[in-house]
Amino acid sequence: MDSLAYVREAPEPEEAPPMLSSGALACARANLFSSIGSTFVTVGCVALVAYLLPQLAAWAMTRAIWSASDGAACRQHQDGACWAFVIAKWDYLRFGSYPVAERWRVDLVEAVGALLIVWLLWTNAPRRAWGALLFFVAYPILALVLLRGSSLLGLPIVDTLLWGGIFVSLLTAVVGIVFSLPLGVLLALGRRSPLPVVRVASVVFIEFVRGVPFITILFMANNLLPLFLPEAWTPDRLLRPLAGIVIFSAAYMAEEVRGGLQSLNRGQYEAAMALGLNYPRMMALVILPQALTLVIPGIVNNFVGLFMDTTLVSVVGVTDFLEAMNNAIKDPVWAGPTIMVTGYVFAGIFYFCFCYGMARYSAHVERILAKGRK
Amino acid sequence: MSGSLASADGGGAAAIRFAGVHKWYGSFHVLRNINLTVEPGERIVVCGPSGSGKSTLIRCVNRLEKHQRGSIVVDGVELTDDIKRIDEVRREVGMVFQNFNLFPHLTILENCTLAPIWVRKMAKHDAEELATRLLTRVKILDQAHKYPGQLSGGQQQRAAIARALCMTPKIMLFDEPTSSLDPEMVKEVLETMTALAQEGKTMIVVTHEMGFARQVADRVVFMDMGEIVEVNAPLPFFEHPQHERTKLFLSQILQ
Amino acid sequence: MDLASAKPSSWLSDQRARGIIYQILLLGCIGTLACGAIYNAVINMRARGIPMGFGFWNDVAGFDINLHLISYSNRSTYGQAFWVGLLNTLLVAVICIPLATLLGFAIGVARLSPNWLLSRFALVYTSIMRNTPLLLLLLFWYNAVLKSLPAPRQSISIGDVVFLNNRGLYLPMPVAREPASWFVGVVLIAIVLAFGFRVWARRRQERTGAQEPTALVAAALILGLPAVVTAAAGAPFAFDIARLSGFNLRGGLQIIPEMAALVFGLVTFTAAFIAEIVRAGVLAVPVGQSEAAGALGLHRGLSMRLVVIPQAMRLITPPLTSQYLNVVKNSSLAVFIGYPDLVQIFAGTVLNQTQAAVQVMAITMAVYLVISLTVALALNVFNARYALKGR
Repeated sequence: MDSLAYVREAPEPEEAPPMLSSGALACARANLFSSIGSTFVTVGCVALVAYLLPQLAAWAMTRAIWSASDGAACRQHQDGACWAFVIAKWDYLRFGSYPVAERWRVDLVEAVGALLIVWLLWTNAPRRAWGALLFFVAYPILALVLLRGSSLLGLPIVDTLLWGGIFVSLLTAVVGIVFSLPLGVLLALGRRSPLPVVRVASVVFIEFVRGVPFITILFMANNLLPLFLPEAWTPDRLLRPLAGIVIFSAAYMAEEVRGGLQSLNRGQYEAAMALGLNYPRMMALVILPQALTLVIPGIVNNFVGLFMDTTLVSVVGVTDFLEAMNNAIKDPVWAGPTIMVTGYVFAGIFYFCFCYGMARYSAHVERILAKGRK
Repeated sequence: MSGSLASADGGGAAAIRFAGVHKWYGSFHVLRNINLTVEPGERIVVCGPSGSGKSTLIRCVNRLEKHQRGSIVVDGVELTDDIKRIDEVRREVGMVFQNFNLFPHLTILENCTLAPIWVRKMAKHDAEELATRLLTRVKILDQAHKYPGQLSGGQQQRAAIARALCMTPKIMLFDEPTSSLDPEMVKEVLETMTALAQEGKTMIVVTHEMGFARQVADRVVFMDMGEIVEVNAPLPFFEHPQHERTKLFLSQILQ
Repeated sequence: MDLASAKPSSWLSDQRARGIIYQILLLGCIGTLACGAIYNAVINMRARGIPMGFGFWNDVAGFDINLHLISYSNRSTYGQAFWVGLLNTLLVAVICIPLATLLGFAIGVARLSPNWLLSRFALVYTSIMRNTPLLLLLLFWYNAVLKSLPAPRQSISIGDVVFLNNRGLYLPMPVAREPASWFVGVVLIAIVLAFGFRVWARRRQERTGAQEPTALVAAALILGLPAVVTAAAGAPFAFDIARLSGFNLRGGLQIIPEMAALVFGLVTFTAAFIAEIVRAGVLAVPVGQSEAAGALGLHRGLSMRLVVIPQAMRLITPPLTSQYLNVVKNSSLAVFIGYPDLVQIFAGTVLNQTQAAVQVMAITMAVYLVISLTVALALNVFNARYALKGR
């Protein structure tokens, strides 16, 4: 009688997989040609790319004018971009009408700001609390003094009318975030408060600001703030839209922070209370550090959105980057059919690189946080 | 109602006294007429089916829950809406949670020194010394500079015990400390708690671990449907349960 | 430390007392700020001769508007200008929302496609749109594209029926002819019949289990019946096609370049966000759901229809609604390209002419708030009814 028991005596040899189930060919088959419809789509896409890409590349590179001193060359060659225009206008696009001799102040403010932001956002940086303190308290004062000028320090005053370009876009966005984050945290805490007056006030503020278009907030700040303040206190023409930006951003920031507070385990609150920590200490030492770290991706996204929203400040007379580009395009020296398209495409590339870069960073942070939380 | 071992008013101030305590969640009557006195140094184990109100009971002791009627006096201080009193009580009462609730953004050592520094206003050096001593006692000193996420469940719970002990509380509350642990880690935590009990700390432990109750408790309290049904010393409690409901519960828990 | 010997604490440390004190303080602060603001406003407005009150509503506006759905001339009042602006805002919203939804769902499905190239194309599209300011897009379409179109005499034409030039987009305008009322009536009857058939088929399925192809029958009814009527009675609509007359095109449905740029920009911009919402919603339904449906024997179409899509729609609806609200709010960018929406007319021209800033801004913001809050309420009702019930 044959026994049904079996014991393996030698290991099975390893073999290579059949050709069509792995490797490049299988990959292509699965992703590009998995069905008849898919094959048509692949062919169509490839055809589209084959047609468009060379044209775009030619327009942007081979047929483009890279150096010229005025618009004549660009008017002659209308089938390519006029990058010479962007290069010629670059300083104006960066600084607006800020006096040339004082532009080092702008560069300094931008460099310090970039350093502080990197310090804050680098996930493993040491002593981030100090960085936060510097960024939110010391830096705004430093920036204000340097940019505006101060007779005390021997820095000539530069009127805000002359400020313009990329640095104004960055300034409005960064100021927006710096001041709206603490305000947003307060609003988020207020919205979760058990005290009815506090909660209602927070909800009313947040829903009001989120329910109206950003332009109306800018109009409100620009037109109504001078009316609501005594004549002597009329705020500067740049300060008014900045106030509007802070108010607008704070409401969205509040919702982000509230999401973070809600997703924190209730046990964290209980453990802190059981240890005898009072409300301010519990918030400062246990709850907010965790909640804010959780919403860093959301805060970065808010910053990106705010940077794109700052384009709207031109409606109240502030010259941001896009408005500077608009002004540059109108220069008669450079007038020509390709100038406008070149200018807008360049602006688009600029915004895209900046925003996409920040978005990738926030996705990266989100991945790291998700790993930590398991 | 409390049995014959409910302490009389002799031998100094009671650690905790519940008198006629009632609590409602909305219209649900979760604690009914709780009367219980815990003497200093006593070890109480509270057991009962889920939903019986045992967790709610001990959470009322450090005011994580508010009672609506009756009085709770902890170490001579009555628990009311008075914030100062509540903070005083919380300083003297330590709590260990079922889900550990360690602070994930701080190391184990920082978890332990946070409250002594900020509440008891200890100098950092002294707080770290105290934390080191206690972490050694619960046998996880080597994990002191790691983050909670890097520790096993048993290690986290022992760290949570050390954290509560760093406030040198007079009373320790344990809310189902081993219920979230894998079986192989329950033993190490129970051993830590047994060692603690042998030092004379007033303890109230809500747990299903009947072996622990038999070994460590001075009295066992059985709760069901919001009321204290039976209180007795462990031996008579397990050998000769008096009440029908106690007998039913024990028959379900003990094989 | 014996707690009992601590000194008796004051009423200040009672939680309820503290709560009340904080609230009174906050009310006091808000009240002071409000009073101060109103006081200053009254003084400043009197000093600058700015009208208070809403008297300006009935004053003559004195400016023209190039797109008005109700009758308007430069002798109309500011109040009528308001209604024109409001209707223009709603018009843009009503056109953009369905178009953006269609385009957004299409791109979202493309993002989910197993074909790698198609999914990458959709990714490129959404990445570009989501990282470019809407204003830049609008300026690009308006200034760079639409304004550089040829003059009416050299219009670009599609099939000699649709014309594109720098005065706008000209579509054929349907003009009702005699059989029109019959036609509309027949379409309505077809819809009712299709619906009735569906109800009947569903009841029959519950009773006997037999299934009927309701979709096909409905399509046949809604397309077939009107086609029959058209064949019998003649075309119900004639189309007025734009024709060159002098230097301009006359007739047809003219869509001004401002509106074309705004609609095109808003639709392409919002569609990218909707695509991401759709993708996130579908991916959030666990893979196990379609596996379980398959294990039960449901084929892919049924599994999608009965299991995956209902769950995905519950996840998609709230952020989708918030995108629709964004369309309404973003249409306010019309002020940059001269489309006469509510903000451009009322908070722009009317505010400049009357200087009645407080009143004008209050009314404008109130309109948007009413729209936002109504939609939020409706969404809450929807969530309460349809959200997956938890414990």
